[in-house]
Amino acid sequence: MNFFFEVLIGGLLSGVMYALVALGFVMIYKASGVFNFAQGAMVYLAALAVVGCMEMGAPLWLAVILAFAIMTLFGIATEKFVLRKLVNQPPIALFMATIGLAFFIEGLAPLLFGSQPRALDLGIVDEPIAWVLDNWNMVISKFDLVAAAVASLLVATLALFFQYTRVGRALRAVADDHQAALSIGIPLQHIWAIVWGVAGFVALVAGMMWGARNGVQFALTFTALKALPVLILGGFTSVPGAIVGGLIIGASEKLAEIYIPPVLQDLFGGSFGGIEGWFPYVLALLFLLVRPEGLFGEKHIDRV
Amino acid sequence: MSEATALASSPHLCVNNVEVIYDHVILVLKGVSLNVPKGRIVALLGANGAGKSTTLKAISNLLHAERGDVTKGSVEYKGERVDQLSPNELVRRGVIQVMEGRHCFGHLTIEENLLTGAYTRSISRAELKEDLERVYHYFPRLKTRRSSQAGYTSGGEQQMCAIGRALMARPETILLDEPSMGLAPQIVEEVFEIVRDLNSREQISFLLAEQNTMVALRYADFGYILENGRVVMEGEAAELAANEDVKEFYLGLSGAGRKSFREVKHYRRRKRWLS
Repeated sequence: MNFFFEVLIGGLLSGVMYALVALGFVMIYKASGVFNFAQGAMVYLAALAVVGCMEMGAPLWLAVILAFAIMTLFGIATEKFVLRKLVNQPPIALFMATIGLAFFIEGLAPLLFGSQPRALDLGIVDEPIAWVLDNWNMVISKFDLVAAAVASLLVATLALFFQYTRVGRALRAVADDHQAALSIGIPLQHIWAIVWGVAGFVALVAGMMWGARNGVQFALTFTALKALPVLILGGFTSVPGAIVGGLIIGASEKLAEIYIPPVLQDLFGGSFGGIEGWFPYVLALLFLLVRPEGLFGEKHIDRV
Repeated sequence: MSEATALASSPHLCVNNVEVIYDHVILVLKGVSLNVPKGRIVALLGANGAGKSTTLKAISNLLHAERGDVTKGSVEYKGERVDQLSPNELVRRGVIQVMEGRHCFGHLTIEENLLTGAYTRSISRAELKEDLERVYHYFPRLKTRRSSQAGYTSGGEQQMCAIGRALMARPETILLDEPSMGLAPQIVEEVFEIVRDLNSREQISFLLAEQNTMVALRYADFGYILENGRVVMEGEAAELAANEDVKEFYLGLSGAGRKSFREVKHYRRRKRWLS
């Protein structure tokens, strides 16, 4: 039984890491109704910026601040040069623009900070927590626990921000109807700059966590792929949905990896592995059939 | 001289010979001029595609988002040119548009919709609450639906929500585009009554674009009739309502009450195929 809980908790914690990436998507989707294809690339850019600044001799805290500044600038530039031209255009146009943006970042980031894979040391050791190991004989990573705490804090803050602040409300209003938002005097430019700034910040946190775990390398852009099933489960528009979706995906894929192969082996013989790799996508696919707006997503309101 | 004429002679919002081109080629307004005096309701009438909405958007500067441009003429508000201002700045100065088709934020609750209207004003929570109550006072229906998502409310409630949202910005002038669209006649009357109420009690000026000429002229003080991007007629609302041509072409009335299309003289009917 201990082993089951160990797998479950490990899965939940890694799910939080997925949620961290998914959050960035939710931010942009909520405020502009656009799936931001460039989110994975932004995670990569943010992580590279931190590592790059540290290589130039900055201490970690300064590197993080500099990276945040870079992401904010990037957000403002995106608004000014890409989004502003696309006000009131169909969402697909904005979506295409984000694809272009993704390629642009994937080229720009290595150009600025170099493309070789590097390690990122946040000063958190990736080791089992001794106390848990002694008492329950379970291996729970300290690093994962810290990452989960950071993610939870981020989610709580963002959820409150969206629900109860003036700017948060304006963000949701813009997502619903650009033009109506303009007509009541909400300046789209500011709103979008804020959103991309915050999405950049989320990407920075995700990039640091993933970078510290797997190394800062181009493969970080693919973390976005793991966020997809999370978003489908949790709903594209919900901040808490991102975290719940992340938990479900994380836990289920780890459990599936452990407990499904023996069953298959009994049935068909031979050996099965790598279930973890495709299980979340199958789950998402099934979910799309049953509840396409996700667990917490906003239903599309159609009046007849 | 009465107070009314003195007010009328000092234009509040002044549109001078405005020409609007969409997409660099489509000429929609061919020089429209009009005045909205302070504290008055001015109706802008005309058929589909006459340029009513475009005129309002030219004033509120929402045109840019639709690839339209004001190529000639000017818009003045309280003696200052405002045609280069962003919608945000214009709202801060007291001119706000309520768009055609309501455009509520469907996923926000009615109350949240109203609160977004106050975005341009930095005010305290208490003031915000007070303003909410003021809007609920004019639209008691909204209070009962305050926590429903706007997308699930009725058309009339959405129209009220859109007007209420604009009120939260504390405007002096509201550009109201087609408030009667898709509403039952009874609700239309209710909405117009509230407009009149707001006008008389809060001194808010209205520029009202409407296809429903009959109702609009009943509530307005002054009217302009647009045809093909030009003002073809203007006058006091009562005067317009009594005008024979307006009666015939816009109200569907002529000397002997309602008239069937069949009886209209042949030369006035459009040539048809196969006849």
